[in-house]
Amino acid sequence: MDMNEIKEIFFQECEEQLAELESGLLKLNDGDRDPETVNAVFRAVHSIKGGAGAFGLDDLVAFAHVFETTLDCVRSNKLEPNHDVLKVMLKSADVLADLVSASRDGGSVDESRTRGLVKELEALAKGELPAGGHDAPKAAPAAPAPKAETPAPTDDSGFQPIPFTFEGFGDDEEPAIEGATYEITFKPRRELYAKGNEAALLLRDLSRLGEMSINCDMDALPALDKMDPEASYFAWKISLKTTKSEDDIRAVFEFAEWDCELEVKVAEENTSDEELPMTPVPFDLSILDDSAAPAEEEKAAAPAEDPAANAVAAAETATGVAKAVARAAEKKEAAAPATPAAAAAAAPQTIRVDLDRVDRLINLVGELVINQAMLSQSVIENDNTGTSSINMGLEELQQLTREIQDSVMAIRAQPVKPVFQRMSRIVREVADMVGKQIRLVTEGENTEVDKTVIDKLAEPLTHMIRNAVDHGIESPEKRETAGKNPEGTIKLSAKHRSGRILIELQDDGAGINRERVRQKAIDNDLIAADANLSDDEIDNLIFMPGFSTADKISDISGRGVGMDVVKRSIQALGGRISISSRPGFGSTFTMSLPLTLAVLDGMVVTVAGQTLVVPLTAIVETLQPEASAIHSFGATQRLISIRNSFCPLVDVGRVLNYRATQANPVEGVALLVESEGGGQRALMVDAIQGQRQVVIKSLEANYTNVPGIAAATILGDGRVALILDVDAVVAASRGQSLKPEMSFAATG
Amino acid sequence: MKKKVLTVDDSRTIRNMLLVTLNNAGFETIQAEDGIEGLEVLEGCNPDVIVTDINMPRLDGFGFIEGVRRNEKYRAVPILVLTTESDAEKKNRARQAGATGWIVKPFDPAKLIDAIERVTA
Repeated sequence: MDMNEIKEIFFQECEEQLAELESGLLKLNDGDRDPETVNAVFRAVHSIKGGAGAFGLDDLVAFAHVFETTLDCVRSNKLEPNHDVLKVMLKSADVLADLVSASRDGGSVDESRTRGLVKELEALAKGELPAGGHDAPKAAPAAPAPKAETPAPTDDSGFQPIPFTFEGFGDDEEPAIEGATYEITFKPRRELYAKGNEAALLLRDLSRLGEMSINCDMDALPALDKMDPEASYFAWKISLKTTKSEDDIRAVFEFAEWDCELEVKVAEENTSDEELPMTPVPFDLSILDDSAAPAEEEKAAAPAEDPAANAVAAAETATGVAKAVARAAEKKEAAAPATPAAAAAAAPQTIRVDLDRVDRLINLVGELVINQAMLSQSVIENDNTGTSSINMGLEELQQLTREIQDSVMAIRAQPVKPVFQRMSRIVREVADMVGKQIRLVTEGENTEVDKTVIDKLAEPLTHMIRNAVDHGIESPEKRETAGKNPEGTIKLSAKHRSGRILIELQDDGAGINRERVRQKAIDNDLIAADANLSDDEIDNLIFMPGFSTADKISDISGRGVGMDVVKRSIQALGGRISISSRPGFGSTFTMSLPLTLAVLDGMVVTVAGQTLVVPLTAIVETLQPEASAIHSFGATQRLISIRNSFCPLVDVGRVLNYRATQANPVEGVALLVESEGGGQRALMVDAIQGQRQVVIKSLEANYTNVPGIAAATILGDGRVALILDVDAVVAASRGQSLKPEMSFAATG
Repeated sequence: MKKKVLTVDDSRTIRNMLLVTLNNAGFETIQAEDGIEGLEVLEGCNPDVIVTDINMPRLDGFGFIEGVRRNEKYRAVPILVLTTESDAEKKNRARQAGATGWIVKPFDPAKLIDAIERVTA
């Protein structure tokens, strides 16, 4: 792995952190005061800053730092995260996201906006701090030069220094040094060892600075039976000849400065170690070496007679005791068989997989399903008894294939959360632009759906959200006049319903202005001036190509894209969209989408000699019509009475132009379907072949969009069958033609 | 024998950087994503040194350090703290919890290795 790959990981992580940040801020905005929420928000910014620093992304670091400082005020309860504060923070989150994108893609950011927010953030951080409080730090101050506590001289009583020599440090030996000689007194406290520091290591580091001689003061060392193995009994007097400065010397003790008494001073001439006779004790490097552990333990345990040996043993006891304890424990631990299991349990629970690999797998499983279906079919053709072991094996194979398919699909399933989160930014920005107060409420954001569906959902959803903010919600003044909360609410929700995902976008705005929509449609020649349309039909006019209600094209929602484009992209996903609206109370857009674009449970039917597949999700029930239930209505329309209600009968063969005249309903089968408009229709087909899971092969990608046909599939016998677009067929039966250009004119 | 380093950091970016840096420097690296996982992993891996972040979900660096220091087996293992700034207060808390030393971010491989060398034999 090289730095570029890690950088890629960093940007991925940024995306996640930004999502985390935004959802946390939104929670706070809703009154959540859980400290963990604030912490998560803080961590998100902190993480981005940390990574950005490592890659030298200074702009990102600078902004993240200011943001983090303000968040820290919230975290420490110095700043109440009220709506005004959160407004700034949400905007800051947007800027942070922009900065991340700019760092990744090299784009530029709106610098004045960034600067403005930096000021706002700093003001927030300052505003709530006590008078004369700290300014928001501009940048990370350099590490302060370590300052030792005033050390107390330790040698007031009889001091018996023992010089150590550093044999074995030959590599680090430096030639005779010009420079000062320092006298260093170093007396560790027990905390120094407790925190995992090591006097011996500090002395080793010190020795690398120059020529050094060490005397150990062991006066405090009690008799062995009175010794506390974790106490610190030694002090060292060091004479160091070095070209380095006093700060460099103190820097060696940087980690230990608080847990020892340390004195560093320039030595007076010739005050070195000649005052007392001393026995040099070789500094045994083996205590720095783990491999020598057993020997060390032996030594520590052995009663020492000779004072020098005693000293070494004691030194080891003091400095190495904790290690020894750890080692002994480790030996016990090594015998315990549970160790690897513990490590395995801590292994990460998720892995990242390249999407291409998943897609390849899905394609292969698709082929497997087809292949399995073909195999079953040919076995059935050759063996009608259905009892052979081959048959049973095939059944199992079918089940397994199905399970594999479900599992593979589950890999691709993702919560809609990221898309929903993106919407909240759009609401904020557009609302700001048009001067409206709008709150976005999201529900069911953990609803999972195939990643392709999610990816393709973002664009139409963005467009609809812009529309809702721009056209749906009224201005605060208008709302107040109407007796509504000046703050409008847009609700975005997702849920699973009968094998599909249902996404609802609801605003509490003024609703569709039907007079205006109707007039507009007439002006644009979409409908005849005297067309007699129901409210529902008028509402649905906004999905017509070439329809735009905005009197003038605004740069927010009127980008030359209308709701017809939204509808088309939803349909391209195998979805349906409908609108319901109540004047004065708002509009609701309902989108129903398949959970996956790869497979479909379908009913295989025959129509005029053709094999078609009807998506099972659309079918409410199937029935064999009796002659007495069929009623004619007008010249061509027919109704079927089902349990005392009438339902229009639609001959699929006629709608698709397979035949010139309607077939006799009594000879066929009726599929009762529900369309997104809520109405039921009975689709007439000639016969039902069976139910099957089919792999969807896009017709558009391979041929062209065919009205009334959603896609194609390959059946078990290897033949291609078309998948019926139920909504298009139902719409056609309402009098709309399948050909878009003829559209509503037909109803006039 | 390779020295073993346990790193505890919730940021995938930093984890990867630590991994690459430490592996390049000849260390064996074990990684955990937060304090809780750090303590779990600790039980099996017997590290020579621990490098930990402070801001982490579930159990932060302070809690993690305290946890290690309470552990009879591992309480003497040197612990280095990754801090974003040389924030005196945070450093102070880290020490009180029992940290051995610290490494100031932005992440610098040389500084990291240097600090590890300083606290390990």
